[in-house]
Amino acid sequence: MSQPHNQQNIALELCGIDKKFGAVHANCNINLKVPASTIHGIIGENGAGKSTLMNIIYGFYIADSGDIKISGKVRKLTSSKEAIRYGIGMVHQHFMLVDNFSVLENVILGAEDGALLKPSLKKARTELERLAKEYRLDVPLDALVEDLPVGLQQRVEILKALYRGAKILILDEPTGVLTPQETDHLFKIFDALRDKGVTILLITHKLREILAATNNVSVMRQGEMVAHRKTAETNKEELAELMVGRKVRLKVEKSVATPENELLSTSKVTYTDEMGVDRLKDVSISIKSGEIVGIAGVSGNGQSELMSVLAGLIKPNSGQVNIGQTCIDSMHPSSAAQMRELGVGHIPEDRLVMGLIKSFSAEESAILGYQNSPTYNGKLLNKPKMINQECARLMEEWDVRPRDPKLRSSLFSGGNQQKLIIGREVDKNPDVLLIGQPTRGVDIGAIELIHKRIIELRDQGKGILLVSVELDEIMALSDRIIVMFDGHIVGEVSAEQANEKILGMMMANIMPDELLTTTQQTTSGEQI
Amino acid sequence: MNDSKIPAWVNIIVLPLINILFAFAFSAIIFIAVDVNPIEAAKTMISGALGYQEGIGYTFYYATNFIFTGLAVAVAFSAGLFNIGGEGQAYIGGLGVGLACLGLDHTLPFWAILPITMFASMAFGALWAFIPAYLQAYRGSHIVITTIMFNFIASSLMVYLMVNVLNQKGQMAPVSRVFESAAVLPGFHEIVGWFGLSFSESPMNLSFLIALLCCVLVWLLLWRTRWGYAIRAMGASPSAAEYGGINRKRLIIIVMLISGALSGLLSLNEVQGYGQQLKLGFVAGYGFTGIAVCLIGRNHPFGIILASVLFGILYQGGAELSFDFPNIDREMIQVVQALVVLFSGALSLMLVKPTERLFVYLDAKKKPKNQLAAEA
Repeated sequence: MSQPHNQQNIALELCGIDKKFGAVHANCNINLKVPASTIHGIIGENGAGKSTLMNIIYGFYIADSGDIKISGKVRKLTSSKEAIRYGIGMVHQHFMLVDNFSVLENVILGAEDGALLKPSLKKARTELERLAKEYRLDVPLDALVEDLPVGLQQRVEILKALYRGAKILILDEPTGVLTPQETDHLFKIFDALRDKGVTILLITHKLREILAATNNVSVMRQGEMVAHRKTAETNKEELAELMVGRKVRLKVEKSVATPENELLSTSKVTYTDEMGVDRLKDVSISIKSGEIVGIAGVSGNGQSELMSVLAGLIKPNSGQVNIGQTCIDSMHPSSAAQMRELGVGHIPEDRLVMGLIKSFSAEESAILGYQNSPTYNGKLLNKPKMINQECARLMEEWDVRPRDPKLRSSLFSGGNQQKLIIGREVDKNPDVLLIGQPTRGVDIGAIELIHKRIIELRDQGKGILLVSVELDEIMALSDRIIVMFDGHIVGEVSAEQANEKILGMMMANIMPDELLTTTQQTTSGEQI
Repeated sequence: MNDSKIPAWVNIIVLPLINILFAFAFSAIIFIAVDVNPIEAAKTMISGALGYQEGIGYTFYYATNFIFTGLAVAVAFSAGLFNIGGEGQAYIGGLGVGLACLGLDHTLPFWAILPITMFASMAFGALWAFIPAYLQAYRGSHIVITTIMFNFIASSLMVYLMVNVLNQKGQMAPVSRVFESAAVLPGFHEIVGWFGLSFSESPMNLSFLIALLCCVLVWLLLWRTRWGYAIRAMGASPSAAEYGGINRKRLIIIVMLISGALSGLLSLNEVQGYGQQLKLGFVAGYGFTGIAVCLIGRNHPFGIILASVLFGILYQGGAELSFDFPNIDREMIQVVQALVVLFSGALSLMLVKPTERLFVYLDAKKKPKNQLAAEA
């Protein structure tokens, strides 16, 4: 446990922080020193205790024991109000903004000076203009938050914290919703903030970002702080090994794809949601057997809707989906159950909302979508033994731990939940597999296994559509990559051509020059 | 993660008991305030409800009603639907039973009438639930609003029918004629009589056994069939149910039909068993009490039986109490019932944390001892 000791002031110090939730030891004797005016990364797998620790620093939880020192003084942080008073600000993973309020109104929300709004707004405006200038955080103050792109919404969150006098800024997985370019911009803002004396705690599970943005990094594993490093003196491999506790292969090995016959295609599919927003605009894709088609894009640009259309959860307003001999359009919609019968398996993006039912036992979640199958049912009653055995078999095949079919679904870790869901869908031997965010919130060990299995499925001749916000994952697995922006397809790149820069530009709806020549011939109709 | 801390039996048995004890403790304060010894009151209540055969009969007669309405609420609630129209559904179910009895009691024997009245009660109750269900499924009207409005419509409809159509010629009273004995459900004392046993005469009747049968059937439906799976899936996570290919609209209709049918069955007890004629207001709030019964019974058929018996005791024992103690009137009994509902329903989560902590503490205390024992 060697931690870099500087002569600088220590902005935040944690001494022996301990926190238990029942039997779960979420934080175990955590010690941490964060020098002032530095960017400090905290990295760890899901469930390593990062969020608990941050919530303790922000006053949401109270540690069972241990001290928090802010600028050298021990402080009791019993609420986030206290934390704000001592200059701690937090930007959550999911923004805490009121969509139909203006930026200005959002910033003063909860920090109003009196019963009347006008003086507060006026004061806030001058103060924000000063902050924006000082930190290069330009945001249109009178725009409604819902009209702003996510990158700007995040800046509003940062401004909110600064407006409340934050000197220590905690950011929880801030880049999940950003394009690579927006991420770069965010890191520039970090630098500006640091130069002006703000201390930044960056929580992430992305190694690349730690290396790109931080001065120091601390690694958490299973509730413990296992290492402190100077960022300049470490590398990806070492950090990954510290996170997982063993050597990890970060690269996915795969052979060249040999796509054959077309299994599923869409032609000019459009979808308009209940609010009248066009979510899909003339989307035409094709999936062949033996290939993985990746859909890249910042989340919320139509990928989810495309998956939902293909899974039979929503019906397209126009256009067609062709699966084998079956044609699905607005007049002939298909339900989720029918899609399964057509051989389309679906691993949903959000496993807790769709993939399983938290209050159900694992064995019950393991038949979701196939609950009417004769395998599990007699004439009237279902077959509990069969359901139990099948789940036990899935758990064995997919290494789901603990191997207890009666355990409640919510008590499994994210990775094990995901393995159970993927196992359930793959087990029914679908021709086409729609995979959404296969490794979101999944620990590195499970990611290895899931990636390996996805490649295996491809080699068995399945057609796979992969949607993920993790560019690294898309690039590692896909044979072809389609980029979506605002509901339409920006373009397609082959796996060999793809890199972060090209995809990043396409995600922002810019067609990179190196692609223009090749794609104009193939998809000239879709160019903008 | 929270629930994993304490064993399941604490959640199922200890917590409800603690909640009820709290309710009784507060009731005791009220009794003391009106100069009634709470111990004496409790004795009167228990002996009134369980101390002699007729009292027991009354307790279980009340419990029968609560089982039906409690199950009705539970089935709907499992699907995430809050059916508070049990009152109206039971009322209209009673109309079905009444019409069947009035039409058939001269011509058919009892064993032929019973299936018909059962069907009629279920069909009429289900019909009354169907309209709100349709409106919820296809029109998006909220089922809480529509079911409660249908209670009033049922009430008005019954007043109209009893005053203008079904009353007896030349009489002012809004009651139908009394059914012939061929239509009436055999009392519990008669049933045990068939086996050579004896039991005091009471309103408890065959429908209690039908209620128990319904508990078994509801349990089988919810936990052992694919339809029950769909119902529970929709209740626990509508989005996951949709992902699982469950047709939400159709399921809402089916669930509400089942729920309405269960409410309707209440009228077997009230109309065909106890009242033996159609009259106004025979549901008397049992439909609403069913919501409390379902809450206290934790949505589970077995829990609902226990909760129904508890409420049977409160009703019957409460009646004895207000009879024996001049300081206690019927309204105060309702306060006691309300306290039980308050602590078991509305405040049921209040004591979860302290109980959890107590068990974690006990666990921690036990462990070092065990460790010491192991070392020794």
